[in-house]
Amino acid sequence: MDTEKIEVLKTVPRDKAFYFFTSIGNYTGRSAASLEEFLQIVGDVNVKSLEFHLYRGDFEKWLNEVFGVQELAEELRKLRMSNLSGEQLRSYIYSILESYLKRLKEHGAQH
Amino acid sequence: MKIKSNSLILDPVDLKILEALMEDARQTYTMIGKRLGIAHSTVYDRIKRMEEHGIIKKYTTLIDREKAGAKCITAVMTIYTDPKESEKIAEKLCEYPQICEVYTSLSEELQIIAKIMAEDQESLHEFIAKFIAPLQGVLRIRTSIITKKFKETIPPLVNNNNAGESALAVKSDKRR
Repeated sequence: MDTEKIEVLKTVPRDKAFYFFTSIGNYTGRSAASLEEFLQIVGDVNVKSLEFHLYRGDFEKWLNEVFGVQELAEELRKLRMSNLSGEQLRSYIYSILESYLKRLKEHGAQH
Repeated sequence: MKIKSNSLILDPVDLKILEALMEDARQTYTMIGKRLGIAHSTVYDRIKRMEEHGIIKKYTTLIDREKAGAKCITAVMTIYTDPKESEKIAEKLCEYPQICEVYTSLSEELQIIAKIMAEDQESLHEFIAKFIAPLQGVLRIRTSIITKKFKETIPPLVNNNNAGESALAVKSDKRR
């Protein structure tokens, strides 16, 4: 596994983890410290949390700042334009993340 | 007036002095004395004693932040915690100047209730996400932003109907 790939698949310290909220100040109790954990939580967290963070641009910001995965961040930014919501939004976010991680594991870092 | 170890038994005069101070802490000893029909030296002695016993904790000013031009929102947070960590979390919250009141409450789950002030909704969210959610033992947080204040007073120490009839024992806190 090359260095870039390890970097993207790393687990970050608690203070750099992503904390899922459903609205201002309302924390769901779920947090992700790695991309794999992020994917897992996206799959079952309250969907309001996905709507809240996606349309604020929080996912892009975290992915860029913590993992430097611009390509993935850009895909989520484009998804924001679609105005999707509910379970449909969840399944799009999930599939974007899942395929990114799959590509990463198969071919190395793609950012 | 009787002192038992670190407790001070307050009599009706003490209670009336406290109520006068709660109404307006800038009143002089003479003004309070005149109002209650006692000597200003008595008022002085009793206030000093109540200060020494920590019954009077401090004298402060109630500010209308909006009129003072401060950009500010207030919110009440209910923080559900792991019981093993709740004490530590509550103590940590007390360290932040943005958090002005912290309480613990025992209901179905152990909760911490805290009042927080921030410049705007975004900075409130940022603060909670950055400093409170990551604390070890925080299970989830519910935050209610206060939209309108209808009343803010401190209730009187005793019901006016019973005032002066019974003494009130207050434990003092020597750790001031």
